[in-house]
Amino acid sequence: METTLPTAELPERHYLNQGQGIASWLLTKDHKRIAIMYLLGVTFFFLLGGIMAMLIRLELLTPQGDLLEPDTYNRVFTMHGVFMVFFVLLPVVPAILGNFLIPIMIGAKDLAFPKINLLSWYLYMIGGGLTMYAMVRGGVDTGWTFYTPFSSTYSNTHVMATAIGVFINGFSGILTGVNFIVTIHRMRAPGLTWFRLPLFVWGHYATSLIQVLGTPVVAIAIALVGLERLFHLGIFDASRGGDPVLFQHLFWFYSHPAVYIMVLPPMGVISELVAAFSRKPVFGYRIVAYSSIGIAVLGFLVWGHHMFVSGQSVYASVVFSVLTMLVAIPSAIKVFNWSSTLYRGSVSYETPMLYALAFLGLFLIGGLTGVMLATLGFDVYVHDTYFVVAHFHYVMVGGAIVSFLGGLHYWWPKMFGRMYPVFWSKLSALLVFVGFNLTFFPQFIVGYLGMPRRYWQYPAEFQVWNVLSTAGASVLAIGFLLPGCYLLWSLKYGKVAGPNPWGALGLEWTIPSPPPTENFDGVPVVKGEPYDYQTGEEIFGILGKEAHVV
Amino acid sequence: MSEAAHAHPGLHHQFDSYEQQRQSASLGMWAFLVNEVMFFGGMFLAYAYYRHRYGHEFAAGSHSLDISLGAFNTAVLIGSSLTMALAVRAAQMGRNKAIVAFLIATMVLGSVFLGVKVIEYSDKFEHHHVPGPSFVWHDEAGSGKYAGADPFKIQIYFSLYFAMTGFHALHMIVGIGIMLLMLRPAWKGKWNLDNHNFVEGFGLYWHFVDIVWIFLFPLLYLIGRS
Repeated sequence: METTLPTAELPERHYLNQGQGIASWLLTKDHKRIAIMYLLGVTFFFLLGGIMAMLIRLELLTPQGDLLEPDTYNRVFTMHGVFMVFFVLLPVVPAILGNFLIPIMIGAKDLAFPKINLLSWYLYMIGGGLTMYAMVRGGVDTGWTFYTPFSSTYSNTHVMATAIGVFINGFSGILTGVNFIVTIHRMRAPGLTWFRLPLFVWGHYATSLIQVLGTPVVAIAIALVGLERLFHLGIFDASRGGDPVLFQHLFWFYSHPAVYIMVLPPMGVISELVAAFSRKPVFGYRIVAYSSIGIAVLGFLVWGHHMFVSGQSVYASVVFSVLTMLVAIPSAIKVFNWSSTLYRGSVSYETPMLYALAFLGLFLIGGLTGVMLATLGFDVYVHDTYFVVAHFHYVMVGGAIVSFLGGLHYWWPKMFGRMYPVFWSKLSALLVFVGFNLTFFPQFIVGYLGMPRRYWQYPAEFQVWNVLSTAGASVLAIGFLLPGCYLLWSLKYGKVAGPNPWGALGLEWTIPSPPPTENFDGVPVVKGEPYDYQTGEEIFGILGKEAHVV
Repeated sequence: MSEAAHAHPGLHHQFDSYEQQRQSASLGMWAFLVNEVMFFGGMFLAYAYYRHRYGHEFAAGSHSLDISLGAFNTAVLIGSSLTMALAVRAAQMGRNKAIVAFLIATMVLGSVFLGVKVIEYSDKFEHHHVPGPSFVWHDEAGSGKYAGADPFKIQIYFSLYFAMTGFHALHMIVGIGIMLLMLRPAWKGKWNLDNHNFVEGFGLYWHFVDIVWIFLFPLLYLIGRS
């Protein structure tokens, strides 16, 4: 921020003020505006899911079930899972930061299919709207996994509306994935080879592959559940020779890779943050890029580890157990390479960097407990306990949400042209880190001691851990609400940021903040490796304005 | 939209050239079709699993289908792929009226297919071969050949039959709807030598739907018919 010129002014024309009125937003084809609309939608669903989370934590404050009815509790944790997984974690980084940044980072004017991009947003909102309709009509109690035969035969709640909502939202993700794949393949600026791409783009490429390959499988699984409820097709109905476990196979074939949809783009964000605030190129750029693809590929081979106790063959379980542990290799490569990037770098502790460092710690714990859970014998012991709950919150919240906040704080001045208050943003980063650990670390312990998930009451000896967890959730809630306040404040009163407030490298920092609708004034060219902080050579230019174009 | 947009009709602002636009459209369609393969793939997986478990019942269910209607539909659909390919060719050459004619021919053939499907479905309803509480199974078609077949497991066959052919038919209905929307721009001469991506992409989609049927026909109709 020291590099901000005191005379910095907002550009006269930018994407926010070109076109006024609600219609100019709802009919926009500008990837930047669509990203802002996603930001609003995701924030709304995050708030809903967060309220559900607080209800869960309040109920679990005491061993007795005294706040919610057991049936209500089932619905609350189901809606928490559905909103958070499908409507927050999946789109949070790709649809907001990816949408805004990928075309700019590769020097394009827009995504390859701007209309389809807008369609994705509408599908997302329609899917979310249907799920909200299910919620206000009484909700769903199947858990976010929709396991048959409960979801197909026995549940009398609004499974259909929720399933259709999730189905439609799936197509939003698929179309975004197709859009990113084509954009990254076909729209890169002259000189921007695959191995000059920012790692953020690599992460999104890997995620897009999973979205296109995996999401349709869960779509057909959910559709078959719907057909079973509506027309009595018996594909998962054991009373007619159908196999309910087949649903679990189809569901997890997508839903395990979906975890990598949630975490690969955040890993891309972390690569950008670590490089920018260490003033060093990412250590082992190529291997970090390949490890994204490695995680995406391996992610398709591990779904059976969700089914160790579902009647799956024990030999299959052993194979899945080993394959699951393999995922630790590309994940560890990333963590080691980020650490090596920090080593002897000029590290500065700006707010985005605080989130990146928080991510490193939280993802380490989430990842290592993942290896523990991959171990067949141990998983059978802690299956469906709070140990599992703590593990995937460390990966999904500690991974996806924390790095999203880091990325949002990093690119916020690019998106809106203004800085936020340093003190409050650092305070909220601290609150998120402390609150998060206080919420979920006790859950590892109480889960290991045997507290099962998805119950509204529990034995009294578990109370101390649950009180800690609820206290942590309250701190975490403040940590999440604070950015909402000061970021809104900054839109009007924040200091004008200028084009490159962090002194960072990347095509996005070569254009004004906020950027003009067409992003670049001409066709940008790239003449060097990414994150070249050390040689200080000019690696970006504009086609035709430079004599020596590589 | 700048002057460039007027100088190059049909070139979208985010692309630098027709070549880039065409490559993007084509890659996008292929990526979308990969998604479609995975969508149907879930059902093919279920089919492989249950056919392995309930081979006898699948053969019994398969024998209740009308093989000649299925074969007729296969021919109709392959014919529609031919007319679709001719429509794409016409678009590449910028022959507006030929595009419209071939699209209409494709729609007619597609509708014939769906009409036959309606006959087949209503036949299943009449014979109570639809899975659910009213499912009844008499082994008339096999005349005792499939005596030991478990009616409950035969319902799995019909569940897959309706799910797979139903989603296939849904894709055809969507396709015919898109073709209806294509008629007007085709007539107005929107597609020409430089800009025919949409017709080409839609052609890929239609051929994909055709190929799905090429797999469905033997898997559903021809079990144990040697």
